[in-house]
Formats: sequence, C-alpha cells, structure tokens
Amino acid sequence: MPEQQNPKINIQDVTYEYDDGKPILRHVTLDVTAHAITVFFGPAGSGKTTLLRLINRLNDLVEGSRMSGKILLDGRDIYAPGSNVPELRRRVGMVFALPLPLPGTIRENVTYGPQLAGVRDRVRLEEVVERSLTQAALWDEVKDRLDTPATSLSGGQQQRLCIARSLALKPDVLLLDEPTSGLDPISTAKVEETLFQLREHYTIIVIPHSVQQAGRVADYTAFFLMGELIEYGTGTALFTSPRDRRTEDYVTGRFG
Amino acid sequence: MLIPTRLARLRKIRRPRSSSVSWGRWTEFLIESLIRILGLSTIGFVLLIFLFLLKEGVPVFLRVTPANLFGARWYPTFDLFGTMPLLLGSVLVTVTAIAIALPLGVATAVFVREVAPGWAREILKPMIEVLAGIPSVVLGFFGMTLVAPLIRTTLGAPTGLTAFTGALILAYMSLPTIISVAEDALDAVPKSYRDAGLAMGATQWQTIWRVVVPAARSGIITAVMLGMGRAIGETMAVMMVTGNAARLPLSLDAIFRPVRTMTATIAAEMGEVAQGSTHYHALFGIGIILFLVTFVINLVAAPAIFAKRRRGGLR
Repeated sequence: MPEQQNPKINIQDVTYEYDDGKPILRHVTLDVTAHAITVFFGPAGSGKTTLLRLINRLNDLVEGSRMSGKILLDGRDIYAPGSNVPELRRRVGMVFALPLPLPGTIRENVTYGPQLAGVRDRVRLEEVVERSLTQAALWDEVKDRLDTPATSLSGGQQQRLCIARSLALKPDVLLLDEPTSGLDPISTAKVEETLFQLREHYTIIVIPHSVQQAGRVADYTAFFLMGELIEYGTGTALFTSPRDRRTEDYVTGRFG
Repeated sequence: MLIPTRLARLRKIRRPRSSSVSWGRWTEFLIESLIRILGLSTIGFVLLIFLFLLKEGVPVFLRVTPANLFGARWYPTFDLFGTMPLLLGSVLVTVTAIAIALPLGVATAVFVREVAPGWAREILKPMIEVLAGIPSVVLGFFGMTLVAPLIRTTLGAPTGLTAFTGALILAYMSLPTIISVAEDALDAVPKSYRDAGLAMGATQWQTIWRVVVPAARSGIITAVMLGMGRAIGETMAVMMVTGNAARLPLSLDAIFRPVRTMTATIAAEMGEVAQGSTHYHALFGIGIILFLVTFVINLVAAPAIFAKRRRGGLR
C-alpha cells in the first residue's frame, strides 16, 4: 500500500456479485488519493469496471445484485441510507468507453447536466460551456460552432465533449472507463494531455485501454485479477518492479 | 468469380453425376422465380386496387360540381354529395383518439420498458399483444352497450353515440399498436444512454424523459402514425358508436354530438347503392379522399421515420 496523503475515496472490503451468484469483486480495499490519477487495470472480467460503476452508484438499477463493504467519499458512506444519489453522481462524474454525445448541439450537450440540476440563468450556462470545454481542451476547436450537432464532431472530439459534459457539473471526482478505446493515437494523446491538466483540480480514476496507457498516465496503479486487487502501488513501480508474480506475468504479456 | 467456380469444382468431385447438379439448378430456378412472382404480384395487386379505386371514383369528380362535392350536405337521394361533414367527422374522431392514446400509450410503453420490474414486464407484454387481437366489432359492441350509456348519463346528452365515444373506442384500439411499437423504440435506445443520463446526476425520471424518450423519438412518431392509420381506417367500431349523423362538426360541442366518418359512410351505403349511379361513384370518391389522407399522413411521417437511419453516435 502506498502512503496516502489525503485519501479522497476509501474503498473498504467491497464484495459484489450479480444475480448469478458469482462474485465479480472480492474483498477489495484501497484508498484513492485526491488530485492524482489512479489507474485500475487488469484483464477483462477483473471487476475494474464494476468497481468504477459502484463509486457513483450506477449499478443501483441492476436487478438482483448484492454488495457488501463500504465506499467512503470524503469520509462519508455513499451507500448510507437516505443519501442523495443524483447529488453523488454530480460530484462523481463518469466518462464511458464509447463517446456518446446526446441528441442535440454541442452547447446543449454541455448544458444538459447543469440544466437538469436546475441552473436556468443563461449567463451562468454560457460560463459553464466555456469553462468546461476549455478544461476538456476542446474550446478552441469548437468555439465557432457551438450550435452544430454534437454528432458532427470527430470521435476524439466527441470523447472530449463527454469529458466536458461531466466537468460542467463541477465534480470532485472523474471516473473514466477506457476513455480512449475507440480513438486514434492522436486523439488518445489529446485526451491523455487533458487528463494531466485536470489532475490539479480533480481526483481521477482511469481504466486504461492498454498496459502502455496505464504506464503513461498513472500516479497510482491498482492491478485487478478475477475480482481481486492483486497489487497497488505508486506511479509506475508496478510495471518496473512488480511484487506479485501475477502482476509481472500480466504486464510482461505472459497472459491477458 | 473465383469462389463459385471452385465450389462447383468441389461439388463435381464429390458428386460426379451431372444430372443431380442440373436438377439442383432447376429447383433453384423454380424457387427463385416463384419468390420473384409472389413479390411482384404484391406490388401488382396494390396497383390494381388503386386503379380500380380511381376508375370507380374519378367519375364523381366529373359528374358533380366541386361546390356540391365539397359542400356541407350529404344527402345522396337529393343529389347532394357534400363530403365535408364526413371528412371532418373522420378527422375529429381520429385526432381526438390520438390525443387520448398518445400520452397513455407512451406512458405505458415507458412503464413497461423502463420502470416495471422484469416479472411484471413478462406479464404485461403478452397482455398488450392480446389487446390488439380483440375484433373491432366486439369493441364496438362494448362501446354501444357500456360506454355510450355512461357518456349519455354523465353528460345528460340526448344520445351517448357521439364523436367522443368513437374516439374513446378508437384510442383503445390503437393503444396496443402504439405501446408495442413505442416500446420497441425505447428498447432500441442503447443502455449507455441511460448510464450517461444517470451519470450526469439525472434522476431516473429525468433520464427517461430528457434522454431516453428523445432518443427514441422517431420510433415513437412511427408508433403514433401507425396508430393513426389504424384509427382513421377503422370502420366497424366507429359505425357502431358514433351515431352516424352526417352534419358538419364545427360547433364547440361537436365532440359530444353524433358524427359520421368516411369509412362508416362507405360501409353503410355501399350495399344499398345502384351500381354505376352517381352515388356509387361518390362512395368510391370518398375512398380516394381517404386514400389521399392516409398517404399524406405517411408522407409527413416519413422524414421522422427514416431519420433514425441517419442519426449518428448511436450504437
């Protein structure tokens, strides 16, 4: 376990299973550091996406699933009875593997979340649009065509638009599930660059789409296998000197 | 064509008797032609029906003056062939029916698809399919004996056989169509849309209303158009419950007065009319108008229906 300066999220002994009874996560415990990029990686089926979805309670609607253990955000249990789920999801933004612009213009995509949250003031919404798109490193490319359909953007731009859409809600935490899996190398580099800039203000958890990407962006790295947290370490230590045999086998490409 | 020749060679090696190969070709040719003939004949029959409709209907537009034909009075025995009351009667009943069925149908579809737990969905879906199978005459009977008296007593009207009664029955008839088509449209919205909505801090209701339903818009419009098509063409139930008085439904209370629709007029009078008379041609003329109306509805709906093929970003 790496030294934790100021843990933003505490995941405590989380076990999770879908209705088929097979646990997809087993006794996972880890602390996520604020203002850093934490990488969850591992082969498919290792439970990393499920853990990410648990952090903003997106799996609430999955029928027949069971979870035990606790997830604390700023020391508060997010699964405590009576907690405000939409409020939590505004604090914990999520970006998905496929860029998914909602039907509508670029501007509408960004203002969607704040409008849902009840912001009506046009001036404030304009500020949100500029701030979010700037933070997502997209403003210069789209500032002249905010009212064109979001689907007219390239894949990489659409993904940064999705990041901007999450940022529009001023979250504390940003979860990204393979945000560059459908993108070309140039767009991937831009998204990664965006993540580095966002690190100062946000707590970021990324599921990378390759081990190489994990190595490029990680401040902290967690390696998952078959629902278990195998190894958790600072920076790229996991790649250069893995302590666990299974980690070594995976990063050197012996399986996966 | 490298691969077919190779296949043919392989086949020859496996089955040296050339007679079986040519026999296979023959059946292939026969089946192909049969399918082609069946497909083309469908188009042919539609064309023939359309030509027949034109042949029998067009004379009325030549024999009767436009002022008479689009006048306010339909008294065929006095050579008054005003189709306006019938056209407006159909429009009034259909529009009211859709106004009732659209919110109910979409809400039910949303419930079945988005809100209901799995077991409830498994029960609801087949039940809705069964609703679609109720013969219209049964619904007409139900309307006559139950709905009409109810409307008469609650409104204190002289008769319960009104445009509103017809609209209620038609709404009920078009509901199964609207629900199942709208439900399919909602089903086609990728799960990732719902995740994206929820992840932005939307409540389940906001996600449904602001993300899922708009994404399924074209399918829902298709559903309404299909329901509307069913409603405007429906004859039996409408004839039984609308009172069949051919008067212009233009007063404010027209909805609670009897009306007569185009379909009911054709059905009621076609059996009595002398073939070749002006009245006979007038009934076919109504058929042409009905055809044009449904054609225009489909034309208006077409961009929305086909729009989904063009929309991007969906997976």
